[in-house]
Amino acid sequence: MTTFPLDFDSLPALAARARADAIGMSHRVGSAHLASALSCIDILAAAYGAVLKIDPRDPKNPNRDRLVLSKGHAVSALYAVLARSGFFSPEELHQFNVDGGHLPEQPSPGCAPGVEWATGSLGHGLNVGIGMALAAKIQGLDYRTFVVLSDGECNEGTTWEGAMFAPSKGLNRLTVAVDYNKWQATGRSEEILALKPLAKKWEAFGWDTVEVDGHDLPSLVRELSAIHPEKPRAIIAHTIKGKGVSFMEDDNNWHYRSPSAEEVIRAEKELGII
Amino acid sequence: MRNAFADEIIKLAEADKRIVLLMGDIGNRLFDKFRALYPDRFHNCGVAEGNMVSMAAGMASCGLRPVCYTITPFVTYRVMEQIRLDLCYHRQPVVVVGTGAGLSYASLGATHHSLEDIGMLRLLPHLKVTCPGDAMELRAVLREALRQDDPVYMRIGKKGEPVVHAEVPALKLGEALPMRESGRIALLSVGNMLPTALEAADALSARGHEARVYSFHTIKPLDTGLLARLGETCDLLVTLEEHSAIGGLGSAVAEWMADARLQKQPRLLRCGTPDEFLHQAGEQEFVRHLFGLDSASITERVLKHL
Repeated sequence: MTTFPLDFDSLPALAARARADAIGMSHRVGSAHLASALSCIDILAAAYGAVLKIDPRDPKNPNRDRLVLSKGHAVSALYAVLARSGFFSPEELHQFNVDGGHLPEQPSPGCAPGVEWATGSLGHGLNVGIGMALAAKIQGLDYRTFVVLSDGECNEGTTWEGAMFAPSKGLNRLTVAVDYNKWQATGRSEEILALKPLAKKWEAFGWDTVEVDGHDLPSLVRELSAIHPEKPRAIIAHTIKGKGVSFMEDDNNWHYRSPSAEEVIRAEKELGII
Repeated sequence: MRNAFADEIIKLAEADKRIVLLMGDIGNRLFDKFRALYPDRFHNCGVAEGNMVSMAAGMASCGLRPVCYTITPFVTYRVMEQIRLDLCYHRQPVVVVGTGAGLSYASLGATHHSLEDIGMLRLLPHLKVTCPGDAMELRAVLREALRQDDPVYMRIGKKGEPVVHAEVPALKLGEALPMRESGRIALLSVGNMLPTALEAADALSARGHEARVYSFHTIKPLDTGLLARLGETCDLLVTLEEHSAIGGLGSAVAEWMADARLQKQPRLLRCGTPDEFLHQAGEQEFVRHLFGLDSASITERVLKHL
């Protein structure tokens, strides 16, 4: 689909609006992981804005394309993109992480239309997505499955169990996007475990692997749209943690911090929202 | 029991095209027939159980009915979080089958024993915990398990166990099967302890004490209706399980008794394995005797509690 949702006539506008939403959500409730959300928002905007075949008015359709955000700590990004893509009202974003609200800080099953899986414990989303992709093959359906992983999540053994399984079944309608922002919770992801060479690892495991600028929306749309005739696809998306706000970019303190009211205004100005 | 499983799952898969068999690279030739009949619905997931269980959850969310099969410790302890989150939290109808449960693989050592699985898994919301008593009960429990809308854990033995039931019994998950129903002693048997429970009942009868015998093929949900009736009519309840005395049926019954406010409290004797790992070689019968889980040891313990 190349039609843009609601009143957004461009993917950059959708991404900027979703960034402002995530920043506001973090500010209102003092929640962490804002930089992780800003890191993957372009991947989600490209997917929902231009690639996924899913009707926001029919989000349970058995033949819909599915996207599992495996890095559940960044779900404010997903809530924002879904809300701005017509899955639910942006007003509902005020339910985020408030007592009794229906949008938890990390997603629960069925918490909002379009949220496919309750993630938050890393190392589950790829494997669940593989199950969805294999189910399509068994049932003769042609939907695609997308999984967004964090680079820190590539520490998990189950990620590599899945990385070996999917090519063995020729799951070419499965696409993984690794949000490769080079940080994990307490340090550089290159230094905590031997992550490099990340693209070569996926390639060696049998995936059709490409590297892309994870904030270049046309490139993301192109690479997310492509399908290999036999292999599952791995997109290593080079990203910047905290992308879009100069004073958050590549500063891992924003894995934990939430912005003040004054910082929200500065961020919104940079994003061109105000 | 595992041959009965391999046979029954073929029949069920023929009738229900949603059934998919996932296994973790075990059961040499056990599933050749299933694989030949339904190649698209049989997947050897390799020695990668975490992937297998999460994947099953994803498949179930798309309308399939996956069954995950491998040796018990590897499809329980190793994947506890996958069961907890992807199956139970999401309430996905996946059947997890642990084969060679309890002391079935006694000689392979503690790596292959499962004496804590019931205790761990019955903590999880929305998970039914089942332990069929013989090959016939297994067929009935598997049929019921695949009709549930929630995940089910099925703990089965190996091959060659005695078959107790003449035919596949009619049963419901959560309702224990009565095998003998007279006497003021009740032997509550879990899974493959059933033949031993019946032997112990015979031995007690020979000593002048009639004992009831029930097959608790389901531990969660617990058959509290039956327990309440037994509480009124029996002096002694005895739980028998190839499982730690901590956490299994004995614990479940003790928890129920603590809350039930019975008019007359029967005594409870829990026969299970000790709070220890096995550090010596030995086959199942040897280890059962070592742990006091053979019929002679059980009979003596019951007599002392009368």
